[in-house]
Amino acid sequence: MKILVVDDEKDVQVLFEQRFRKEIRNKEMEFAFAYSGEDALKYLNDLSHEAVLILSDINMPGMSGLELLRHIKEKHKEPPPLVMMITAYGDADNYNTAMKLGADDFLTKPLEFSLLKEKLKAIH
Amino acid sequence: MSPQLQTISDFIKNSSALTDADKESLLKVIKEVDKNQSMIQFKLDRIEKDRNTLSVMLQESIEDLQKKSLAIEETNKELTKTLEELKATQAQLIQSEKMASLGELTAGIAHEIQNPLNFVNNFSEVSNELIDEMTEQLEKGNAEDAKAIANEIKMSLEKINIHGKRADGIVKSMLQHSRTSSNKKEPTDINILADEYLRLAYHGMRAKDKSFNAAMKTDFDESIGLIKIISQDIGRVILNLITNAFYAVMEKKKLRPEGYEPTVTVSTKKMDNKIIVNVKDNGTGIPQKTLDKIFQPFFTTKPTGQGTGLGLSLSYDIVTKGHGGELKVETKEGEYTGFSVILPV
Repeated sequence: MKILVVDDEKDVQVLFEQRFRKEIRNKEMEFAFAYSGEDALKYLNDLSHEAVLILSDINMPGMSGLELLRHIKEKHKEPPPLVMMITAYGDADNYNTAMKLGADDFLTKPLEFSLLKEKLKAIH
Repeated sequence: MSPQLQTISDFIKNSSALTDADKESLLKVIKEVDKNQSMIQFKLDRIEKDRNTLSVMLQESIEDLQKKSLAIEETNKELTKTLEELKATQAQLIQSEKMASLGELTAGIAHEIQNPLNFVNNFSEVSNELIDEMTEQLEKGNAEDAKAIANEIKMSLEKINIHGKRADGIVKSMLQHSRTSSNKKEPTDINILADEYLRLAYHGMRAKDKSFNAAMKTDFDESIGLIKIISQDIGRVILNLITNAFYAVMEKKKLRPEGYEPTVTVSTKKMDNKIIVNVKDNGTGIPQKTLDKIFQPFFTTKPTGQGTGLGLSLSYDIVTKGHGGELKVETKEGEYTGFSVILPV
């Protein structure tokens, strides 16, 4: 399963690679990383990188995670990749906006990786 | 006629030693004298009356002055009291301004703490798992694998340390921001201070307004090193300038100019014996008629309830009176605004 993680916090890559080290080693999951909404769109527009699942932060400089979600759900229609939002702002406003824009899930930071793993495995 | 003149007049009339012509001439003189005397008496009476009137008036004036003096004393007391009240109100206003700007930051602070906390929690869990794996490898006698895992544990612990310190820094800066200024100049890394407040202000704006978005650019002069400033005060100035810059780009964005990319740039520079902190935005700019008033207390162009009008005025005082520096502004209406905090080193 190819997963694109979008977050402006660079250490997110190290964290995911550590937390999913077994899955990565066993080739059960493959991760790619983008540090902004714009980078993520570039990645998705390149056909050779087809992510089936996107985990995106909401608060990022430049294009926000919610704008990225809107772009993905509007432009990548056949079929649109699943998008899970991960944010430090777990307020009702963000949640409702994300859901209205078609988010497939909504998780808050600090992230419970055991929960995330379960969700990813369920999708897989 | 007075009795004395009457006696003399009678004596002249009855005198046999005088001729009628002499009598007539002398009586004429006496009549003149009498007339003059009456005139003098009349004048004396008038003077006396005037003197009495004047005396009464003077007395009244003295009483009036005494009353007025008392009234002035009362007014003075009231003015002193009002001045004290004004001073207390001013102190309260300064504190409210601090708390208002802290309020602006609260959401940003929450965001900035959740992120490092995410790393601290997860890297510590990772470390625990890795220790189990390392023990397993050691039991199997795989020293090389155990060593590799130990390196990964070390890296995780370093990450915990970095992000723990990051959260600590944020909490400290929040406390510093709300605390009354110590007025003590301490060696400070102005680049870190500016970067911290830029992030906090950005996330604060973002939390308040979901549609808010702006590119943040920084250009820090790494040669500055530590400079002696009252860090919470200068931090407050930088925060205020950044918040205003974000507001200006948001206002311009509302006008939807084509191809507009809201951008706020924070830069620092060392020049001779000065450090310049510049906060520039490509927002609405400041009209000339407003420019003269921006450092005046309570002047604001923001809608009621959105600005105290004290931000720039307090910033001006902090920079000029508190640090002997200058706060300069360069602007072009509709295009940009740049504030420069110039601090002597």
